[in-house]
Amino acid sequence: MGQRVAVVGAGMTKFVRRAQETGKELAWQAAKAALDSAEMTLDDIDCVAMGTAPDAFDGVHMKGEYLSDGAGGWGKPYFRTYVGGGTGVFVTIQGWYQVASGMFDTCLVVAEEKMSSTQPHAQGAFLTIFDSILERPLGPNLLWIFALEMNRYMSVHGLDKKDIAAVSVKNKRNAADHPAALLGDADITVDDVLASETLAWPVQRLDVSPVSDGAVAVVLAAEHRAKRITDKPVWIDGVGWHLDTAYWTNRDLYYPRYVEYAARQAYEMAGIKEPRKEIHIAEPYDPFDYKELHHLEGLMLFDKGKAPEAMKDGVLNRDGDLPSTPSGGLLGVGNPIAAAGLMKVSELYWQLSGQAGARQVPGDPRKGVAQAWGDLMQVGTVLVMGK
Amino acid sequence: MTARRKHEGNGSPPHSFLGPRSLTDPEFRDAVGAVDFAVDARYAWDTGVAISTYLRGLKEGRILARECRTCRRILVPPRMFCEECFRPTDRWTEVADTGRINTFSICYVRWDMVALDPPEIPAVIEIDGATKGMGFLHKIAEVSPDDVTVGMEVQAVWKPEAERTGSILDISHFRPRDEKLRTDAPKPFSRRSSETRKR
Repeated sequence: MGQRVAVVGAGMTKFVRRAQETGKELAWQAAKAALDSAEMTLDDIDCVAMGTAPDAFDGVHMKGEYLSDGAGGWGKPYFRTYVGGGTGVFVTIQGWYQVASGMFDTCLVVAEEKMSSTQPHAQGAFLTIFDSILERPLGPNLLWIFALEMNRYMSVHGLDKKDIAAVSVKNKRNAADHPAALLGDADITVDDVLASETLAWPVQRLDVSPVSDGAVAVVLAAEHRAKRITDKPVWIDGVGWHLDTAYWTNRDLYYPRYVEYAARQAYEMAGIKEPRKEIHIAEPYDPFDYKELHHLEGLMLFDKGKAPEAMKDGVLNRDGDLPSTPSGGLLGVGNPIAAAGLMKVSELYWQLSGQAGARQVPGDPRKGVAQAWGDLMQVGTVLVMGK
Repeated sequence: MTARRKHEGNGSPPHSFLGPRSLTDPEFRDAVGAVDFAVDARYAWDTGVAISTYLRGLKEGRILARECRTCRRILVPPRMFCEECFRPTDRWTEVADTGRINTFSICYVRWDMVALDPPEIPAVIEIDGATKGMGFLHKIAEVSPDDVTVGMEVQAVWKPEAERTGSILDISHFRPRDEKLRTDAPKPFSRRSSETRKR
């Protein structure tokens, strides 16, 4: 498959509730940090891939164009990609294409989100995702679809909310070791989550990731360049993505089959036959605690309905058999939509190159999978990385 | 030149930041030149070929579906083309105004986080007569939230004919088919937690 592609550097801003910086200033801070980490300059970059979610967050027309100078896109082949929450991983796949195809040798991948501009709440920007004729007259809000999916997942498998809440605890504790985290908390307990305000049962406040501002960037390079840039490249071994029906009330929400199809594509490309044995770290998308478990099942790392048991047994802890979201994830580090997905890719880069410091997963992990999810609950984007 | 700020770190990446600067809400509101802007955009949507007929059906108190003779699915909401067979669907058919709850939520907040009292109960309702698993979004009422369960059989409550406009809201809500579960005055409910949830 064309040129082998590696991640050779990563950088990010802190994730904050409200940044003084504009979106393009955030994009610049992340892009510059990623270039610095690879000891590269913008002159070394052949093309730029930008990922950012709805224009409605910023109230600007063509947000890709708006952010382009911050991302380093002027005077270069530049494009913006957007598949809702799936964007952060998908933009990496789009960047991978440019290099794998042989068209370019390096690509700067940048993802930015500034959600604080939307007034009074970023949820307002999401209302148009519901069908304008048949659903919006009912006055829906974004929490509904998560609550409906979570209840379906819990009801089909007879799951205990406690085991799901434990994911939120794990991730917020993991995030306590992440310098960029908005909601790291080393002392949080399952009781705190279960006692938090019920928003849309079964969703409670601490089941949900925070609205955030932030940006992340990674540098991709073809093999012959990567080896000159760093002695610790982390290779993109497989990519996959898949779109399910947008008639979300016509399919069973208990299982994300679109994640499975995306994962199968990525595993096959990476030559992974037994993901449960061959994947050492997972960074599944966790905007809500149940989503991490749901996605781990879609990634075929656990049987359907069995990920909560793994959570209870400690398998998903940073020192467990399959560390999941050692970064702290969206629940702990924060959820600036597109940037959050790319944060998962940057975490695999740091983990697999042995640079993760206090967050380092023990045991010399060699393979990881990052996954994001979005559009109308029906797109899965998957990346397999290895050293 | 922006100075690179080393964080008071634990040695974990990212090892330094260029920013951002986090603002409190008052700092944001008081910032020099901060601009508040409301997009004044209005839209008028066509309902389309399939949904305009569906809405006319609702006005008549009927739920209409389209059938695809290739995959044999009865499609609700209806569509003029089958996205799986990628061919035109074949005919209109009426399905029941009853079904069962596939999943539901008890929602205590509006989209902008303003509290709702009483809460509303959005649900996906699988419609009897449509292909198994096919349903649509609506709301459940005339029942105590604590009594709502996945699998509960429900029926549409139609608005009086004179009040129907050709809208999904021509169905006022769905209510339990079991009259014993119905109530006009829901009893005070607990905010469900893991403890109160029924299996």
